[in-house]
Amino acid sequence: MKTNRNTAWAPAAILMLLTPAAVAADPSPERARELVRMVRQDCGSCHGLTLKGGLGPPLLPETLREKPVDSLRYTVLLGRPGTPMPPWQAFMNEAEADWIVRQLMQGFPEETR
Amino acid sequence: MKSLLSILAALLLSACAAPVLRGTGDLGIVIERASGSVAVVDSSAKSVLGRVEGLGDLSHASAVYSRDGRYAYVFGRDGGLTKVDILERKIARRIIQAGNAIGGAVSQDGRLVAAQNYQPGGVKVFDAETLELLADIPAAYGDGKQFSKVVGLADVPGNRFAFALFDAGEIWIADLSKPREPKVTKFRAIGSQPYDGLVTPNGRHYIAGLFGEDGLALLDLWQPGEGAKKILANYGKGTEKLPVFKMPHLRGWAVAGGRAYLPAIGRHEVLVVDTTTWQELGRIPVKGQPVFVMARPDGRQVWVNFAFPDYGQVQVIDTLEQKIVQTLSPGKAVLHMEFTPRGEHVWISARDDNRVVVVDTASFAKVAELPAQNPSGIFFTSRAARIGF
Repeated sequence: MKTNRNTAWAPAAILMLLTPAAVAADPSPERARELVRMVRQDCGSCHGLTLKGGLGPPLLPETLREKPVDSLRYTVLLGRPGTPMPPWQAFMNEAEADWIVRQLMQGFPEETR
Repeated sequence: MKSLLSILAALLLSACAAPVLRGTGDLGIVIERASGSVAVVDSSAKSVLGRVEGLGDLSHASAVYSRDGRYAYVFGRDGGLTKVDILERKIARRIIQAGNAIGGAVSQDGRLVAAQNYQPGGVKVFDAETLELLADIPAAYGDGKQFSKVVGLADVPGNRFAFALFDAGEIWIADLSKPREPKVTKFRAIGSQPYDGLVTPNGRHYIAGLFGEDGLALLDLWQPGEGAKKILANYGKGTEKLPVFKMPHLRGWAVAGGRAYLPAIGRHEVLVVDTTTWQELGRIPVKGQPVFVMARPDGRQVWVNFAFPDYGQVQVIDTLEQKIVQTLSPGKAVLHMEFTPRGEHVWISARDDNRVVVVDTASFAKVAELPAQNPSGIFFTSRAARIGF
């Protein structure tokens, strides 16, 4: 599974694609466990296992509070050109990215073993 | 009576179970990142000797060694610096020295240990014995009110440390000949977003990899007056980058047989550069975004692991043939590799399989498997004797 980095920001097109994000449908418990692990372990490479930041910024509720949910969701899916943040859209859908953002803003769950 | 005494003495001695004297040359540690512990391992017996716990947040932890090879200095993400006695398997000292740290190095004379920090951005230098703070070098740049994340800290000859400033695009050399009075030489505008650095095994060249542009910055420490120059500039030739899901790591292990093997950024390639002319000699296509590109100590092979999502595999380059000769699947989420001091085996951590796999580098057969909790970095004491660590 490979995806090319979206270098060109095309805000209008992106909005059309992504605006109707499914806010209601939460991932299944099994998928939620995978997503929690991905965020903690793989996002954690740059943002830290505890999400207090590293090369990437902290992803804690207090640091995200002021940020619009939509823009955070696009950052997860499409990356942020000019920074090391890559696009994760090959590994999750919009609803899942939305779920991750909402969890981050509330205080991200720990991994359950 | 005399013989009775000697029997009694012998009984007493054995009852005390005096520790068996041993060296540390074949010991090491494995970072268990989720549990905040390190496993102390023996690369001769291929076994775990024990665990040391209570080291805090070890995501992205790394370790360097005291020059006697007895103590590991473990740098945790949470700014913890822990001096671990690997013979007694206990914490000798532990301090929280920053809010967010990334690694460190030991000075040429072994008396100083330096930590590179993201928050507050800068380098702190400690007494290797006591962990007393001796020097604080904030990575101020621009108007002097902003501080850069520091990457690529390496010890270089002359009790100096070289490092790069991610946010500022600078390389600094700090001379710690007088530990409380560091002298810093700054090389500005060396390139965009240096993400890590290495010093060549002879201590002469410092190289910072760049994330923000194609190329690397090279500084000749024997002729610092010449400044930093760009090498492998434009290696991507303007083509679109692939996403990088994990930053590659650079260390002096990338140099073998007059060539340096370097991870490309956003390309599934290993770049090969001549270490005399610093011209590109070629590039070797690999399975994914390279993270660690490490030469076996004899330089005949170079092993490569990869970023998410290709991190289930490891590839081996034959340096004579300049091509991949082996692709292995040692486990899920391979995060790190470490060669035994002379390279007959390589230890590979498979995070999601909770194990470390030991592979014979001649036959590529698995020779051992050790349990470990979410293992990441593996650090053998042979690092104690190497320039750059």
